[in-house]
Amino acid sequence: MMDAGRHPRIELLVNSEVEDVTGFVGNYRALVRRKAQYVDTDACNSCAECAEVCPVVVPDEYQQGFSSRKAIYMPFPQAVPASYFLEAESCLGFNPIACGKCLEVCEKECIDYDAQDELLDLEVGTIVVATGMDPYDPRSNDEYGYTRFPNVITSMEFERLICAGGPTEGEFLRPSDRKVPSRIGFIQCVGSRSASRGVPYCSNICCMNTIKQCLLLADHYPESQSTVFYLDIRAFGKGFEELYRRTREEGVHYVRGLPGQVEEDPVTHDLKVRVENTLSGRIESHELDMLVLATGLVPRTLNGNGDRRGKRSVDEILSLSHTSDGFVMEAHPKLQPVDAPSRGVYFAGCIEAPKDVKDSVTQAGAAAARAGNVLSAGQVRIEAITAELIPDICAQCKICAQVCPFNAIVEASKKDNLLPDFIEAACAGCGTCAAECPFDAIHMRHFADAQITAQIEAILAEAPMQKIVAFACNWCSYAGGDTAGISRLQYPASVRLIRTMCSGRVDQRFIWHAFRSGAPLVLVSGCHFSDCHYIDAVTWTQRRVEKVWTRMEKLGIRPERLQLEWISAAEGQKFARVMRELDELLRKVTPEEVAETQEILEREEAKEQKKKAAQAAAALATPAESTDQGLERSV
Amino acid sequence: MTQESLRIGVFVCDCGMNIAGTVDTEALATFAAELPDVVTVVRNRYTCAEPGQQEIQKAIKEHQLDRVVIASCTPKIHEPTFRRCVEEAGLNPYLVEMANIREHCSWVHMKDRKAATDKAKDLVRSAIGRARRLEAQDEKTFPVTDSALVIGGGVAGIQAALELAEGGHQVYLVEKEPSIGGIMAALDKTFPTMDCSI
Repeated sequence: MMDAGRHPRIELLVNSEVEDVTGFVGNYRALVRRKAQYVDTDACNSCAECAEVCPVVVPDEYQQGFSSRKAIYMPFPQAVPASYFLEAESCLGFNPIACGKCLEVCEKECIDYDAQDELLDLEVGTIVVATGMDPYDPRSNDEYGYTRFPNVITSMEFERLICAGGPTEGEFLRPSDRKVPSRIGFIQCVGSRSASRGVPYCSNICCMNTIKQCLLLADHYPESQSTVFYLDIRAFGKGFEELYRRTREEGVHYVRGLPGQVEEDPVTHDLKVRVENTLSGRIESHELDMLVLATGLVPRTLNGNGDRRGKRSVDEILSLSHTSDGFVMEAHPKLQPVDAPSRGVYFAGCIEAPKDVKDSVTQAGAAAARAGNVLSAGQVRIEAITAELIPDICAQCKICAQVCPFNAIVEASKKDNLLPDFIEAACAGCGTCAAECPFDAIHMRHFADAQITAQIEAILAEAPMQKIVAFACNWCSYAGGDTAGISRLQYPASVRLIRTMCSGRVDQRFIWHAFRSGAPLVLVSGCHFSDCHYIDAVTWTQRRVEKVWTRMEKLGIRPERLQLEWISAAEGQKFARVMRELDELLRKVTPEEVAETQEILEREEAKEQKKKAAQAAAALATPAESTDQGLERSV
Repeated sequence: MTQESLRIGVFVCDCGMNIAGTVDTEALATFAAELPDVVTVVRNRYTCAEPGQQEIQKAIKEHQLDRVVIASCTPKIHEPTFRRCVEEAGLNPYLVEMANIREHCSWVHMKDRKAATDKAKDLVRSAIGRARRLEAQDEKTFPVTDSALVIGGGVAGIQAALELAEGGHQVYLVEKEPSIGGIMAALDKTFPTMDCSI
């Protein structure tokens, strides 16, 4: 920690949060809010005089609430930066009747009540996300009596009680009477491996943490007796099994079975645990002085990260997708385990999955190496999938600039006869502009109209009545199909996918072209709104599909024949289910219905052509008053 | 937009039994050979392996291929592999198209060989349709800002920041709490060294 604090190339921004990230690999811009620093962290020499005079006493979160601190405080003795910190929310100095005691006593004049938030605009090439996880809150497992019974604590609270720097200075005392307990129980899998309460997965670290805690107790209090209630002991890592055996040799008692209930003697606050020992098949009763709940780890997304005061979470800012357990999804679960799907963003630590300190350090090294590679290369190649203007057709209508999620298009101006300006470095290639352009004046490199219509035609060339034309975005729905494949989830063979980078690329014309070519059913699928890899491009997809639905209804085409689904990369199950549902829908479409649709659309197309021809003729007749800007410019 | 006379090579991958176990790759290869502009079809046990890639490079030279279609796995795994492969043989990397007949076909229709084979044919036809209209592209390169943002100052963030800084890069380590350390700092002793976690 101290190394990080004093490294000349690390700028430490504590009490700060990332508010926005824009740009692309090698060229990100991050907006970081550094909250008002009421204490000058460089000048503060941690003399503690401010805290001595501070009249505000609040629970100390570092000590898990077992002790208290002041409104001006040092988070913990080894804090980096080693400075006092003024918590504005609890400080009286901001009240109309000002307190100001700390200000008066600080000889170095480090305190400034008028400090303001600072917004930092950082240019960075790569980003490592290491936002961690939260311990599970066991209050919903009420049968264990956590918070009702003072001597039931969590494993995090245990850490503070046994720590020399803790509220009891390392003396392991139980909260009810501050006596050293002699019979200590541990309940494993609290909040883990449960479909009904907590999370379904194994939290990875709790078995070994309990084993470690039993050893600490055996070391500090040889006369104490620890009993561990467990489902299985998972000691799979290097040296783990040996440590587990050592606790058995030290006399730790292991009972296979999780207690159904914990009772408390209201006078002594001793605890009684009833448990079915699944090895002996007997119901056992254990008298305990103290009980430790080995709580699991949950992703920050589950704990409402992001909805604090309506702020976007880091995951939302970076458009990180999540697997069904709520942890972030890797670019590839085996081959790119620390890469986010967006280039130049990497994961380290428990944001990816629960892991211990050693694994966190290992993964952080991997993430740093991946991030460092890009920086060391000095330059980055961008896929040639960007948007290009076809100047002759552009009518300077400004729509492209308005829909671009990346502000990569500078608005056209009819007045000054300016074409829209496409900034290639900022274009991410979602294709929303090309899909929204009413004049078809935008060409998407490598995802061109002609390429996509060729795919539609190829799919429908033979036996079209048995085919579903499905547009799937590269990041979520197409990848969801891959996940279904990797999981070998079986579904009917009727669907034919066409990959686009974003569902925002799916032009109305593609959908109409599919129907005109005899498609019985069309699917447009993309990322869930929060997962969209192109900020909000997916909202344009929805609006566009809604427009098509309305028009279908007007023309007498059943809107059900165009389906819209949001499927994430992790949702292989959902992908397979949607494909089964679509297959059901497909069976309800008759060849007559398709033929009728084709007729309707041919008629519409003919009308359209006629209208265009008339417009062109009119434009040629009166070139000076032409409404066709393309012609005007070519003069 | 289609060029006058294209020369397309189609490479059908068995992927061991991953594809060939469900899809009749022999029939697929025969089907592909009949499609317009296809001048050669090669079946491989593993197209992504070195011999498979050499076959592609050999065919590009022998048949003067100007488009390559590979029927194998998801482009999310091997598109970069095959782009590199054709580039080495002198073909623009954007003139490669993949048909995903594994994740989207053989693995999800394992009980219906005929339906899977029919679908694979469509996917190859679709890929060829697209390939015929592909255009060569030049990738632009952009300079990289030599600095990294590390979000979160727990054990993982601290370690990543230190590694990057040691590697000579400027690092911004952002932590929302007043001190770095995260949950690790609240732990007493940690396995296997059983020493202080800070």
